[in-house]
Amino acid sequence: MTLRTLLLDLAHLSVFLLLPPLLLGVINKTKAAFAGRVGPPCLQPYYDLIKLWRKGSVFSTSTSWVFKAGPVAGVATAALAALLLPVAGHAPLSFEGDAILFAYLFALGRFFTVAAALDTGSAFEGMGGAREVTFSSLAEPALFFGLLVLGRLSRSLSLGAMLAGGNWPPRAAASLVLVVAALFIVLLAENSRVPFDDPNTHLELTMIHEVMVLDHGGPALGAVLYGASLKLFVLAALIVGIALRHLGANPWIAWGALLSGLFAVAVGIGVVESVMARLRLMHVPSLLVAACMLSAFGIVLLAR
Amino acid sequence: MSEALALAACALAALSGMPGLFLPREGRAGERLACALIATADAAGVTAAVLAFASPSPRGISLPWAVPGGALEVRVDGLSAMFLAQIFFISALGAVYGLGYWRQVEHPHNGRKLRLFYGLLTAAMGLLVVARNAVLFLAGWEVMALAAFLTITTEDEKPAVREVGYLYLVATRLGTLCLFALFALLYGATGRFDFDTRGVEAGGPVGTAIFLLALAGFGIKAGLMPLHVWLPGAHGSAPTHVSALMSGVLIKMGIYGLARTAAGFAHPPLWWGGTLLSLGAVSAVLGVAFAIGQHDLKRLLAYHSVENIGIICMGLGLALLGRAVGHPELVLLGLAGALLHVWNHGLFKALLFLGAGSVIHGTGTRELDRLGGLLKRMPATALLFLVGAVAICGLPPLNGFVSELFVYLGLFQAVAAREGRWWIATAFAAPALALVGALALACFVKAFGAVFLGEPRSQDALRAHEAPRTMLGPMIALAASCACIGLAPAMVAPALDSAAASWGVRTPLASAVPLEKITLAAVLLLAALALAAAALASRVRGSSAAPTWDCGYAAPSARMQYSSSSFAQMLVGLFAFALRPREHAPRLAGPFPARAAYHGEVPDAILDRLVLPSLRAAGRAFEALRFIERGNVQAYLGYILLTLVLLLVWK
Repeated sequence: MTLRTLLLDLAHLSVFLLLPPLLLGVINKTKAAFAGRVGPPCLQPYYDLIKLWRKGSVFSTSTSWVFKAGPVAGVATAALAALLLPVAGHAPLSFEGDAILFAYLFALGRFFTVAAALDTGSAFEGMGGAREVTFSSLAEPALFFGLLVLGRLSRSLSLGAMLAGGNWPPRAAASLVLVVAALFIVLLAENSRVPFDDPNTHLELTMIHEVMVLDHGGPALGAVLYGASLKLFVLAALIVGIALRHLGANPWIAWGALLSGLFAVAVGIGVVESVMARLRLMHVPSLLVAACMLSAFGIVLLAR
Repeated sequence: MSEALALAACALAALSGMPGLFLPREGRAGERLACALIATADAAGVTAAVLAFASPSPRGISLPWAVPGGALEVRVDGLSAMFLAQIFFISALGAVYGLGYWRQVEHPHNGRKLRLFYGLLTAAMGLLVVARNAVLFLAGWEVMALAAFLTITTEDEKPAVREVGYLYLVATRLGTLCLFALFALLYGATGRFDFDTRGVEAGGPVGTAIFLLALAGFGIKAGLMPLHVWLPGAHGSAPTHVSALMSGVLIKMGIYGLARTAAGFAHPPLWWGGTLLSLGAVSAVLGVAFAIGQHDLKRLLAYHSVENIGIICMGLGLALLGRAVGHPELVLLGLAGALLHVWNHGLFKALLFLGAGSVIHGTGTRELDRLGGLLKRMPATALLFLVGAVAICGLPPLNGFVSELFVYLGLFQAVAAREGRWWIATAFAAPALALVGALALACFVKAFGAVFLGEPRSQDALRAHEAPRTMLGPMIALAASCACIGLAPAMVAPALDSAAASWGVRTPLASAVPLEKITLAAVLLLAALALAAAALASRVRGSSAAPTWDCGYAAPSARMQYSSSSFAQMLVGLFAFALRPREHAPRLAGPFPARAAYHGEVPDAILDRLVLPSLRAAGRAFEALRFIERGNVQAYLGYILLTLVLLLVWK
């Protein structure tokens, strides 16, 4: 390992660990702009996290160590997933099959988040957990069809090769557009954004993610929110990586493109949340199945 | 050497229950002796397997015997050794567990019978995986089937147990019938009674018939959907350590048979692999969907066996596809994924069944909606069950992830194929596997949550107690094995290479899979988890405790928790087209509706709507032949004699 790759890896890690809350700030700023408000400053999520981290905490007498394992797994799995994403053709951890690990890390985080919700013995949180696992099971095939498209084009199962561009045939573009669209829907579903869930509502029976963490407070809630922002950041970076994959191996250009792309995704999420209402719960599966179909068409298009 | 050891292990296991029959019914000597004998057999069997992994080309033992159909031939190659190691490892742990779970003093009437047939079951399985002669193989197969029937019906005083035992018996007889036909066809084509299929054209009518018979005969034993109908009831009703042995090992004998039969065909047609891959995918998706709808912990685990057999068959199907298109790396990845999943499923499913046994032992119930909050009362069982649950969902850093990764790598290689259009069919397999993983997660979060988290839902759960050390010990060994394979898959690579060699694959696994990177990723994951846990723990030290806030609800009760059925409701609704759930939901009317009860269940739709009606129809169709069924042995012996004479005259 040369000094250069070491520095690159450190930069990679610090960008991915430090910037995620900013993405939430940009989303909120966009929504405020649409509503004609000034809105909280872009750094507000950092202030919130610091405040939460300093607070004391109360844990339910029904809960056990599993309740605390939820936030821990949420942060740790998303952080490790961040190490698998290549920027400028280089990821700190890369091997044949890391795309599967990437997907399964989020599943591990989900396992413990939902288990933590069930640990409270509250009906609300059980309900949120049931919705989370249901919708995620439908989102998973969409993600894998997308990975298959990239896998066939790059003849590899490593994110490094999948996002490296290369000499792909021009007709791949149509498939990639479908995959990016499908993954954007998956991103919204996995991160509980509108139209699947409304991060602004609290104490509603319609919620998914928020209702699972009703009983987390203080540092634990801070860890949950930070883990969620990290997950949003990493998944958004995957989509940006696919869309802007041919921007070469120059680290400066690639990092600049990634960050501007992430800014655009955040604005896009803000726009979606401003112009759309949350779907009725029973219509959520249809949208997710539609996402699966989109990315399945992506793979079928490659069969010509 | 390994053949002799394997036979010795089988003999020891077969005899393990015998001394107990002559010892006093009330004493503990019989069960301890049986356990010691099985443990010795385990040591011999596993050593035999390890020796076989190390020796590249076993010569085997061939002895003349009086039975027609060739010599008594025994050989332990890599494929046999994979299964041999698993049989004896899990059987011994189950026997130790049985010391605490099925104590002779608590079960004076059936304890000795159970141990006798448990040992026979182990021995028969050991024999059939090393047998190379069809007659010997079928003998092992039949003893296994009957011993399994007799262990399932240990509590034969219960009508429900007799019923599932009978269903199992019918299913296994049907399977054996297919195998008789299979070996008869092979004999007709090759003139020998063994697995050697040289000279049989895979694409021809005989080859096709052999494949379909193997698929049906071995598929029934493996529990491949839609041939799984006997499985949920049988695994649910047997004593739990027997369920662990059946689910972890016995159904894998079907996989062994498929892998052994298919090994002989170097150039199978494309549709063989395609059929196995699709059946595997259907089995996996529907198996886990049925599991989500179950309320009974053991039935839930049983349906997960159907799911995991599906994943294993996907791997085997991929290997066959690889042979058909001449892509050796596909063969390697598919076969290694399937065989490692055979091991992994044996480990984590046995762990989960033993965990379920501890729950039954501690509470007396296996109804998910009567449990809850057991983590505080049974902390060790809860942790061990959690390890099994994470492993079976295929999540890193445990073993399930490794074998599923092999299958995924193979599926992605297939999709990246440059020639032909066949790869499009495989493009739906990886997303199906991803769906299965996500659904398994839903199911095990539900099961773990309903049993161990929250508040106790009944008095039984409230009074639960931790399992004794004889029961926890085997579970710790299984959990440790799950962790070992997950953290250091390079350890099992030699075994997989040796097994792949019996399919003619000479490429080492390490060249196709980044084994050391999996270890690195697993270690990094554990480090990240530890770091995050330490950070959070340092901040929440000295925090206070209060009842669950629950949006400020003042008087929560344990019955207000989300139950396992409500947790599963949305997913069961999404799969209602296949599951056909039954619901009894009274209509609530007016502002003060009367007391009402809701009841919902997911019975086996394939058994109730497909198999039983067609069996009844067949029964009516053959009504005219009923008169032959005399019900006495003399008449049947007479029929056999008559048939033999007729055949001799005809030939």
